[in-house]
Amino acid sequence: MIIQTIAFYAFAAVTVAAAVMVISARNPVHSVLFLILAFFNAAGLFVLMGAAFIAMILIIVYVGAVAVLFLFVVMMLDINFVELRQGFLQYLPIGALVGLVLLAELVLIFGSWVVAPDFAERVGSPTPFLTETTNTHALGQILYTDYAFLFQACGLILLVAMIGAIVLTLRSREGVKRQHIGAQISRTREESVEIKQVEPGSGV
Amino acid sequence: MMEIGLSHYLTVAAILFTLGIFGIFLNRKNVIIILMSVELILLAVNINLVAFSVHLNDLTGQVFALFVLAIAAAEAAIGLAILVVYFRNRGSIAVEDINLMKG
Repeated sequence: MIIQTIAFYAFAAVTVAAAVMVISARNPVHSVLFLILAFFNAAGLFVLMGAAFIAMILIIVYVGAVAVLFLFVVMMLDINFVELRQGFLQYLPIGALVGLVLLAELVLIFGSWVVAPDFAERVGSPTPFLTETTNTHALGQILYTDYAFLFQACGLILLVAMIGAIVLTLRSREGVKRQHIGAQISRTREESVEIKQVEPGSGV
Repeated sequence: MMEIGLSHYLTVAAILFTLGIFGIFLNRKNVIIILMSVELILLAVNINLVAFSVHLNDLTGQVFALFVLAIAAAEAAIGLAILVVYFRNRGSIAVEDINLMKG
């Protein structure tokens, strides 16, 4: 129990510190790297909670794909980030005010929040005991049965996102030399070779 | 204090959520950091969903967290693609330059 407590505080502290660095780092590349750190520690929190599958998906999908995508875009765009940071302190008071109001609201909600007394009867898909099955197995068993349509819709959304991203960023550039195989093999002798009679001794 | 319960995870999620909102205000000019702040907010939402799922012994929350992850990945891909196209056309990603539609 003591180890769990220490692990929770360590993961939570690093997650929050990394989140602070994400929004305050000077260099956006550092921001992305701190975002990756935050995701790793949030995955640690998920493991502590017992949601191992979500933790692994967070690392694979977020760190492996989304954060690396961010890294690519940040490094690919040639932007003067110093210019973008001007007025940083100017927005600090209003941002801090909104943040504080939001935090106060959340604290008020959590302070007055109670679990419904009959929640045990309302549980939609009860978690099986870990001695019976694993978290991944239990998730799969309801994801592919009760939530099959939502799962398919999710895949459809990802497909649309993929096509959209490709359509948006694909462009045909001017001045790029490409191989046109059709044009190459449809050339004939008549249009490619010219026979000239050269006078002896005079050159071409 | 020693027993880690639901409220501890909710506190972490609330702090992360607030930091995400704060980041949007702080980096008003930089779209990339704003997108990263949105990712932070979604991470906070996921922590909330999983914490309640574990607390109420109901797997539905974790399924929903899975869907949130998938949609967040789609959103990041589309957002970054729009960003790249915009940078190609205008040579800048400052938020105040995004006024082609005179809205």
